Amino acid sequence: MDILNLLIQGTLLGGLYALFAAGLALMFGVMRFINIAHGDFIVVSAYLLLVAVLTLGLHPLVGIALVTGLMAGAGYLGQRVLLNRVLDEDILPPVLVTFGLSIILQNALMEGFSADSQRVPAGGFDTASLSLGSEIAIGLLPLSMFLAAIGVLGVLHWIFFHTHLGRLLRATADDAAIVPLMGASNAHTFALATGIASAVVAIAGTMLAMKTNFDPTIGPSRLLFAFEAVIIGGLGNIWGVLAGGIILGVAQAIGAQIDAGFQILAGHIAFLVVLALRPRGLFAKS
Amino acid sequence: MPFLTLDHVSKSYGALKVTDDVSLSLDATETLGILGPNGAGKSTLFNLIGGTQRPDAGRILLEGVDVTAQGAAARCHAGIGRSFQIPHPFVGMSVYENLLVGSAFGQSGTDGAARCREILEETGLLAKANLPAGKLTLLERKRLELARALATHPRLLLLDEIAGGLTEAECQSLIQTIQRIRDRGVAIIWIEHVVHALMAVAQRLVVIDRGRIVADGAPGQVMDLPVVQEIYLGIDADDQAA
Repeated sequence: MDILNLLIQGTLLGGLYALFAAGLALMFGVMRFINIAHGDFIVVSAYLLLVAVLTLGLHPLVGIALVTGLMAGAGYLGQRVLLNRVLDEDILPPVLVTFGLSIILQNALMEGFSADSQRVPAGGFDTASLSLGSEIAIGLLPLSMFLAAIGVLGVLHWIFFHTHLGRLLRATADDAAIVPLMGASNAHTFALATGIASAVVAIAGTMLAMKTNFDPTIGPSRLLFAFEAVIIGGLGNIWGVLAGGIILGVAQAIGAQIDAGFQILAGHIAFLVVLALRPRGLFAKS
Repeated sequence: MPFLTLDHVSKSYGALKVTDDVSLSLDATETLGILGPNGAGKSTLFNLIGGTQRPDAGRILLEGVDVTAQGAAARCHAGIGRSFQIPHPFVGMSVYENLLVGSAFGQSGTDGAARCREILEETGLLAKANLPAGKLTLLERKRLELARALATHPRLLLLDEIAGGLTEAECQSLIQTIQRIRDRGVAIIWIEHVVHALMAVAQRLVVIDRGRIVADGAPGQVMDLPVVQEIYLGIDADDQAA
């Protein structure tokens, strides 16, 4: 029963990691852009929800919707105004700029909210659970997060394969230089990709804010989880990202069971094993 | 007013002038063939017209409007469709989806899906519509280049050596396809080494050598010019005179 419990808790956690990873994978897939500040964008979303719920007094769900819209708009503008300027054949400038952004965001959050650990109350929802038998209890919050993650990935899948916007993003991922000849400028397409990725980041960050304590410095480790989930699952496959997140989550859950300090390390080990055996990821497109 | 005007356009790569003071105009329903040796600057000319490269000097006008500073997306909306000498399909997408991108973001058509189907039929790709573009043969990829350019609903079609490497029968069917497009009133500029294909379609012929226009006129007359025979066919003008 213990093993089953671990698998369930790890899988539910994996949904959140898949959301962390989806935005990162989307930006890298469409424009070969590695966003080092990805984890900090997640944390910024968490703080935005904190403000929406605690300062403005909004219902968490309203807050999530608001933060998602805000982040999508900010992502579009940020790409258009700042990040498009450094996108080129050279992969280093985007890394440097987003590394700088990461430091700026961490310090700005520190200045605005102090280094204290925070949490957004979810009105009792965060402690409620479903009991399955005597030994397994599934938290309602982790369960709804997992379902939301699947919903978000499902929406992304639908966008990619059934809408003009999605075909535009896939075409840009294939050959960005040709897309302008089809009538869509790269500047706009890239900004749309970042806008969508930022909306996913916002959903991930707001969930994080309700699930666990956060402070301004936890961004880089969320980035690491996102990277690991993407690489385990393999680039270019939405559902691979979910599998990657789940594998990472289950590995961490098992590690935590062995020893509380072993949780993060176990995730890294699972990542290294996949990297050693299947460097292109488990579900990469050939 | 001409549909397209190049006004003293030049482009250099370092010391090499690939487009040297080219002036050219094209009417809205004209079919122009471009001949010239390899490296003469023909494809660069298409890059300049299509907006993927900017000229160092000179102006490019579409229906009298200066579009020199506009990018490829804006030129696509203005009605320029382009096919590449080396096909660049979106390999991860189906043939049909390749066309949908052009039809959705190019000149707004009325019924994108139906029109894409017509284009697939016209270019002989209907049977391959749902295949990933990456699985196509070279010939099929060349057809897809044409089909995708057509999907943007161009008023001027730029064709870059799409007849190269085709068998005679394939070439004949391509010529018929291009004649049909021409007869619908689409202006065409076709760069091609297959001279008889150009002669079958083009109303006017331009010869380019070392970035310059060296001949411009009716196809029959242009091919008879000594300067063209010298450059294109390797016959020395002096020998011929003698």
